[in-house]
Amino acid sequence: MTENLVEARGLTKTFGSFTAVDSIDFDIRKGEAFGFLGPNGAGKTSTMRMITTVSPITDGKLTVFGMDPTTEGRDIRRRIGVVPQEDNLDLELTVAENLYVYGRYHDMPRATIRERIDELLEFAQLTDRRKNTVESLSGGMKRRLTIARALINDPDLVILDEPTTGLDPQARHLLWERLYRLKRQGVTLIITTHYMDEAEQLCDRLVVMDQGKIAAEGSPSELINRYSTREVLELRFAEGEQDEAVLRLDGLADSSEVLADRVLLYTNDAESTQRGLHERGVHPEQVLVRRSTLEDVFLKLTGRRLID
Amino acid sequence: MSVSAPTRITPVGKMSDFRAQRIWERNLLVYRRIWKVIFTGFFEPVFYLLSIGIGIGALVGDLTLPGGHIVSYTAFMAPALMATSAMNGAVMETTFNIFFKLRFGNVYQGMLTTPLQPRDIAIGEIGWALFRGSLYTGVFLLVMWVMGLVESWWALMTIPGAVLIGFAFGSVGLAACTFMRSWQDFDLVSLATMPLFLFSATFFPIDVYPPAIQVLVQFSPLYHGVELLRSLTLGIFDPSILGHIAYLVVMGLIGATIASRRLDGLLRK
Ligand SMILES: Nc1ncnc2c1ncn2[C@@H]1O[C@H](COP(=O)(O)OP(=O)(O)OP(=O)(O)O)[C@@H](O)[C@H]1O
Ligand SMILES: [Mg+2]
Repeated sequence: MTENLVEARGLTKTFGSFTAVDSIDFDIRKGEAFGFLGPNGAGKTSTMRMITTVSPITDGKLTVFGMDPTTEGRDIRRRIGVVPQEDNLDLELTVAENLYVYGRYHDMPRATIRERIDELLEFAQLTDRRKNTVESLSGGMKRRLTIARALINDPDLVILDEPTTGLDPQARHLLWERLYRLKRQGVTLIITTHYMDEAEQLCDRLVVMDQGKIAAEGSPSELINRYSTREVLELRFAEGEQDEAVLRLDGLADSSEVLADRVLLYTNDAESTQRGLHERGVHPEQVLVRRSTLEDVFLKLTGRRLID
Repeated sequence: MSVSAPTRITPVGKMSDFRAQRIWERNLLVYRRIWKVIFTGFFEPVFYLLSIGIGIGALVGDLTLPGGHIVSYTAFMAPALMATSAMNGAVMETTFNIFFKLRFGNVYQGMLTTPLQPRDIAIGEIGWALFRGSLYTGVFLLVMWVMGLVESWWALMTIPGAVLIGFAFGSVGLAACTFMRSWQDFDLVSLATMPLFLFSATFFPIDVYPPAIQVLVQFSPLYHGVELLRSLTLGIFDPSILGHIAYLVVMGLIGATIASRRLDGLLRK
């Protein structure tokens, strides 16, 4: 039997009359990388904050390591590492001191912390920056330092709220690689993101969240199989021709989505769909054939795009 | 419709639960680098003391206190300056510095994802303000001693006395800080501490005021601080000292309780 590190039933968070998290259920298993994929305002951060015990739950049931965040918050926090959405590094301290004080907050002996700092700086590729101020770091370095800081207490569960938002592709790939490494070491990861490629790359299982609710749950490939087709044709038309062309696409593919700048045709056989286009005399300026992604799943589930 | 949150149980007590010292460890790291900032805090009260001791003190000469004791004006005034500096130090530390940490940079938010709790932050920061304040008091006392203004060995007790003043004002300062929204609100802080400085029997004995005003002065927390330190440096005691101590202790406890509740509400939404 797999052990659940986090269990939520009817988990709800309201701010005044506004419901940010609306009665959601999920289980996070030991050793997996679990994702929360959703657009801005979906309620991802609110959910993370409840799991990290810093935000009291409004209603429902939540356990972390089988403990109750309301009464056993401190014991839960001993065993987790948190990478918040907004950097909260201590700007008055150096790189190494940022790690050091967190070790102390976790009651670790000084000698142990010093050893751990060396390892973690290595892991975060910040060894030559140990005496620098935090302000002098690039965005990617700050993020890596925040992750290193979250690992100081050797946590069983690491919660990462949009770990790569705002980073350039190179910095993102470096971070992903570090996160894989953690996963291989058996650390359970919870990752929120609004990048579908990140969710596909990193997550074993994920939930798609929208407006405080969970719209779907599964592994990336399961979700794609269940909610989308194998392939997608992206059609771009010359200025002003899209509306007219859309009328002639009826029944050509399994389903379609009309966006402001292009039309998506969902199909399991891109070639025959393309032939169909030809036969009907539809001539887009550009046709792109690609695999379905979680972006398509999201579009299908909510009728909206993930990132506007 | 809003559903009320379940009440949080914050276990009180157990010494092993005490983590406020972690905040001091952090602050020590910070101040080790910017010790010059601390250093400047020494000068202001010492300058006041010199100006009053050399200038006004010479003009006014000696004072006869209500109990019949005769003391130099400078010796009368010095403990009041000491109390005022303990007040100002604690209020500045718990308002300016903590406002910044509370509203920008999310340092506290991060701390709360570790075993630390809002109460640890409140106690830790108040304690830090006291530590800093007692450094100033120590130096001030030394200057007083060099100037021949210390009448009694009891004067050494001004250090814990100033810590108590710092506790009372630091706690209330921290509580007030949690209500502040912008830097403009700091004008209100000066608006509160300035009249306290001027009207807390700092410059003249309380019996100079008309009786109605005397009652008002007795509400001033700084008055109790001034009187406490004055008894200690002059070595003149009467039972009212217990009243001064009690006033400051109660004020500090109330402030600390409000501060820790407010921090909880602000940081754990
Ligand atoms: N402290 C708060 N007070 C009031 N409303 C809040 C508070 N925190 C979050 N909200 C609201 O709750 C909703 C969900 O916010 P949340 O931060 O959980 O979303 P998110 O999925 O993390 O979004 P993003 O991708 O932008 O980070 C938003 O509409 C937000 O405005
Ligand atoms: Mg968020």
